[in-house]
Amino acid sequence: MHRKTEAGVNIGRRPCAVVPPGGWPRRLPPPFNPCFHEPAIVKLVAENLVVDRGGRTILDGLSLAAIGGEALLLTGPNGAGKTTLLRTLAGFLPQVSGTIRFEGGDADKTIAEQAHVVGHGNGVKANLTVHENLLFWAAFLETEAAAERVRTALTHFGLDALDHYPAAYLSAGQKRRLGLARLLVAHRPLWFLDEPTMSLDTASTTRLAVAIDAHTAGGGLVLAATHLPLGLARARTFDLPSALPGFRTTAAEARL
Amino acid sequence: MQTLTQKLANPTRFMQLSGTMLPWIAGAAAVIIAYGLYLVFAVSPPDYQQGETVKIMYIHVPSAWLAMMAYGLVAVSSFGLLVFRHPLADVSAKAAVPIGAAFTFLALFTGSLWGKPMWGTYWVWDARLTSVLILFFLYLGLMALRSSMDDESTAAKLTAVLALVGVAILPIIKFSVDWWNTLHQPSTGFTSTVDPSLRVPLLIMALGFTLLFFAMHLKAMRNEILRRRVKAMRVADIAHRDGMSALSNPVAG
Amino acid sequence: MNAFWTLVGRDIRLAVREGGALGTALGFFLIVVAMMPLGLGPDLNLLSRIAPGILWIALLLAALLSLGRIFETDYEDGTLDVFATASLPLELVAAAKALAHWLTTGIPLALLAPVLGVLLNLDVKTYPVLMATMLVGTPAVSFLGAIGAALTVKARRGGLLLALIVLPLYVPTLIFGISVISASAGPSGVGSSFLILMAISLISIALGPLAAAAALRIQLQ
Repeated sequence: MHRKTEAGVNIGRRPCAVVPPGGWPRRLPPPFNPCFHEPAIVKLVAENLVVDRGGRTILDGLSLAAIGGEALLLTGPNGAGKTTLLRTLAGFLPQVSGTIRFEGGDADKTIAEQAHVVGHGNGVKANLTVHENLLFWAAFLETEAAAERVRTALTHFGLDALDHYPAAYLSAGQKRRLGLARLLVAHRPLWFLDEPTMSLDTASTTRLAVAIDAHTAGGGLVLAATHLPLGLARARTFDLPSALPGFRTTAAEARL
Repeated sequence: MQTLTQKLANPTRFMQLSGTMLPWIAGAAAVIIAYGLYLVFAVSPPDYQQGETVKIMYIHVPSAWLAMMAYGLVAVSSFGLLVFRHPLADVSAKAAVPIGAAFTFLALFTGSLWGKPMWGTYWVWDARLTSVLILFFLYLGLMALRSSMDDESTAAKLTAVLALVGVAILPIIKFSVDWWNTLHQPSTGFTSTVDPSLRVPLLIMALGFTLLFFAMHLKAMRNEILRRRVKAMRVADIAHRDGMSALSNPVAG
Repeated sequence: MNAFWTLVGRDIRLAVREGGALGTALGFFLIVVAMMPLGLGPDLNLLSRIAPGILWIALLLAALLSLGRIFETDYEDGTLDVFATASLPLELVAAAKALAHWLTTGIPLALLAPVLGVLLNLDVKTYPVLMATMLVGTPAVSFLGAIGAALTVKARRGGLLLALIVLPLYVPTLIFGISVISASAGPSGVGSSFLILMAISLISIALGPLAAAAALRIQLQ
C-alpha cells in the first residue's frame, strides 16, 4: 500500500527531498529512500457530516480534514457540537449522512480501535491504586512492554510518587491526570480529547501540552475540544459555528 | 420503481394512505363485530357443559390471539427499526405496545371470569394463563423502559432490543411454563373439533377484533406521527426565537 | 483473549475491594429467607416442603440487587467509552463483566443457600442437589441480568425498572431450578430437568452478551 506524500501534507516533519510519482517503494532501505523512517502519514477526513442527537440536528453538513502531525483544536460556543463531533468521529455516534475516512491507519481496525478517547469521565476506579488503574488499561488495550509504558506515563503526568495509593484519595486534578496518562500507556495514532484541561492546574496543562506535542511530532493526530491555548507547537484551530438560528429539526423528524 | 414497503414507509404517503383506509377498516370492524355479537347472543347455542358462560370465549379467544399477534408486530417493527433504522418502524412499535398490553389484559380478565364457573375460582395457575401473564409483564417492561428516558431515539432503540430479547426468550418461557403445569384444556381454537355453530361466530369475532386492532394501531400511529411533527415544530420555534434574540442582543454579537 | 481475562480479573478485584455490594446481597438473601417463616408460620413440615422455592426466589431477588452495578459505574466514570475503543468486541466486554458478576455474586449466593436451608428445615439430603442447581442456574441469572443492566444504564428509576424487565426472563431458570429439586426426590432422578437447566444457562450465555452489547452501543451515543 502506497501513501501519498504531497507537499503541504507532511506538516511538522522533514519533508522528503525527492518523491517519485506514486511515492517510494516501502521496502527500499534508508540510503536509497529518504522517506523510509517517516511513519505512515495518517489523515482523518470528514465530509458533509449531519448528526442528530437528542432530537436536534447538532452538526449540519460539517466537513473537516486533519493530518497526522498536527493538533486540531475545536472551539465554538456551548452547544456548537464539539462533543458530538468527537464522538461521531470516534464512531460512537452514527451520522445521518456524510462520510468519515481514516487514511494511513490499519485498514483492519475501526477508527475507535486506533483512537484514544478521553471524555468528561476519567475511566479511573477509586478502589484500584493509581498504578493498578494504568496497568489495567495497558493490559486491556493490549500494549507491549506494559510495565515500562506505565512507568513512563506516571512519570510524565507527575503521578509516580502517588502510584501505590488508591485513586479514591486523589484530587479531581490528579484523577484527571491519571485519566490522561492512559494516552501514553498504549500507542494509538488518534487522540480525541474532550475538554482535556478540565480541573488541571497550569503545570499539569503544560504536561499535557508536552504529551500532545510529542504525539504530533511522532506523526500522531490530536483532536481536542478546548478553549485554552495550550501553547502547542503544531496546532490549528477549527471553529465550529454556533447553532444556526432558524429551522433546525432533526433529519429523522423532517422525514416524518 | 418503489416496492410496496417503500411506499408505505414514506411517512407522508403513510399519512395519506392511512387517512383513507382508517374509516373503512374501523367501519368494517364495527360491522363485523356487531354481526359476530348477533350470532353469539341470538344464534349460537349455549354449550351443553358450560351453558351461557361459553360466550365469554368469543371475547377471550380473540383477545388472546391479538395479545400474541401484537407482540409479533412489535417484534417485526423493532427489527425494522434496529436494522433499517426507519422512524416509521418505531412509530409502529410504540403504537402497538399499549394496544397489545390492553388486549393481553382483556384476555387475562375474561379468562379469569371464565375460570370462575369452570374451575370454581377466578385464578388458576394453569400453564396458559401463566404464560399470558408473563407476556403481560413483558409488555409492561417495554412501556416502562420507553418512559424511563428523555431521549426518545435512545429509548426507542433500547425498547426494540428488549422486544427482540423477548422474542428469543418467550418460546423458552412458554416451554417451561407448559412443563411446569398443564391444567388447561388442550388448544382447540379454530380447529374443526369445535362444532361449527360455535366455530363460525368465533372466527367472525376473531376477524372483527383483528380489524379493530389494526384500526386502533393505525390511529395510534397517526397520533404519534402528529405528536412528533408538533414536537419538531416546537423545537424549530425555540431555535428560531433563540436565534432572533441572539441577533437582537448586541452583547451576544 | 488477554484483554477478556484482564477485565474479568479487574472486576473481581473491584468486587472484593468494594465488598459492600456482595455483603448487601448476602444479607438480603438471609433476611428474605428469615422473613418467610414469620409470614407463613413456624410449621416445619410446610417450610421444608417449600424451602427450595423460597431459597430460589430469595436468590433471584438478592442477585437482582447487585445487577445494577455491572455497567452503571463504568458508564458514569467514562470507562465504557474506553471499552468501546478496545480491540475486544463489546460483546466480549459484556460477557466478561457478566462472568465476573457470576463469580462474585452467583457463586457466593449458591454457597450460602444450604446454610439458609437449615432455617427452613430443608432435608439435608437435598443440599447437594440444591447447590448443584444453583451453581448451574446462576449463570443464566448473571447473563440475562446483564441485558437488563445494560438496558437501564441511562434510565431513571433504574433499579425498579431492572426488576420489571429481568424477573420475567428468570421464569425458566426458576421453574427448572425447582423442578430439578423436586425430581430428585422422585424415582426418575434429576436427569432431564437438570440438562434443560444447563441448556437455559448456555442460551443465556450466548444471548445475554449480544443483547447487552447492543444496548450499550445505543447508549454510548
